[in-house]
Amino acid sequence: MVDITSLEKKFQERIDSEIKIEPKDWMPDAYRKTLIRQISQHAHSEIVGMLPEGNWITRAPSLRRKVALLAKIQDEAGHGLYLYSACETLGVEREDLIDQLHSGKAKYSSIFNYPSTTWADIGAIGWLVDGAAIMNQVMLCRTSYGPYSRAMVRICKEESFHQRQGYEILLTLSRGSEEQKAMLQDAVNRWWWPSLMMFGPNDKDSTHSAQSMKWKIKRKSNDELRQQFVDITVGQAKVLGITLPDPDLKWNEERGHYDFGEIDWEEFWNVVKGNGPCNRERMAARKKAAAEGQWVKDAAIAYAEKQRKRKTETSRVA
Amino acid sequence: MKNWPLWEIFIRSKQGLHHKHVGSLHAADEKMAIENARDVYTRRNEGISIWVVESKYIHASSPDESDSLFDPANDKVYRHPTFYNLPDELEHI
Ligand SMILES: [Fe+2]
Ligand SMILES: [Fe+2]
Repeated sequence: MVDITSLEKKFQERIDSEIKIEPKDWMPDAYRKTLIRQISQHAHSEIVGMLPEGNWITRAPSLRRKVALLAKIQDEAGHGLYLYSACETLGVEREDLIDQLHSGKAKYSSIFNYPSTTWADIGAIGWLVDGAAIMNQVMLCRTSYGPYSRAMVRICKEESFHQRQGYEILLTLSRGSEEQKAMLQDAVNRWWWPSLMMFGPNDKDSTHSAQSMKWKIKRKSNDELRQQFVDITVGQAKVLGITLPDPDLKWNEERGHYDFGEIDWEEFWNVVKGNGPCNRERMAARKKAAAEGQWVKDAAIAYAEKQRKRKTETSRVA
Repeated sequence: MKNWPLWEIFIRSKQGLHHKHVGSLHAADEKMAIENARDVYTRRNEGISIWVVESKYIHASSPDESDSLFDPANDKVYRHPTFYNLPDELEHI
């Protein structure tokens, strides 16, 4: 019998020498569990993330904006599917993952519990929310689990269009009337801090981080990614002629990075716990879609079975 | 009610290349699997041909046995062109 410590040692050696782990390879139970939790959360985020944007499809200001937004949202559905597919290679059923989302057992990114109240929000979501997601996803292209890493590569290829379409919306507003400029500033004021929260708790308070880094599921810490995001976003805000809503935001020559203010962690945990402005609405929409779509799933299975039966019958006659 | 089965998806990205595994999806039958694969995996012209196989029909070698499975090829250096010593001035070979 092979003992578990030697298996674990071998596993860690593979990780350390940058050999990817594939579905049928031996892996520690905790590695599998961590991946299932993280990948399914990520998949749920892509799916729930369609809701705040879907809110504006019918009210997009032009056909150009409408087809772009539709294509973006369709991509997010695709991202959810790539990720569910990666997660299923770990031996879980899709239906169980969906059930965990609907029962509240599984989490999704808290950012999608904020409302999209104006058209400028669609721009701000593309620029900031997709921008923050890209930071994280580029890092995850090098994650140690093969199927997750491959899903991330596909996703990253598609994301840059998302961010550019968002930024273009904001750029147009920035060149518009005073009212449009105010709408732009207001959207950025509301989305800035929740976007920074997307990277999760500070490293010192992050429970899973150290082990995930050791297993190379994550390759950069929450705070590193957040800093990277702030550093590149400040310049982009200048081009829009807006201010970012943080009086402490300033360049730190010594560190070679921007300093920024403290995140309101109370708000963060409150939204994680389900008390954000739209948590209930989002889950209600998901459950309604699942319940009302069930007959379609059932009918498709019944039809497929009938077709199969008919085929075998005719081949028997012939 | 039963869930839609899982299908593995293979895409030929252009004429002259192999179909390559890209992921999986759920569908009620093969026709739906191909249509869904088009929407999930070829939204940006990534493919010109799609294969779908129900996942339960895929049989894979076991990673635990891969040492012994692939071992026979390890000591056969003579299968490679560099095994053969030929003079440097020799051309086109
Ligand atoms: Fe996405
Ligand atoms: Fe996106």
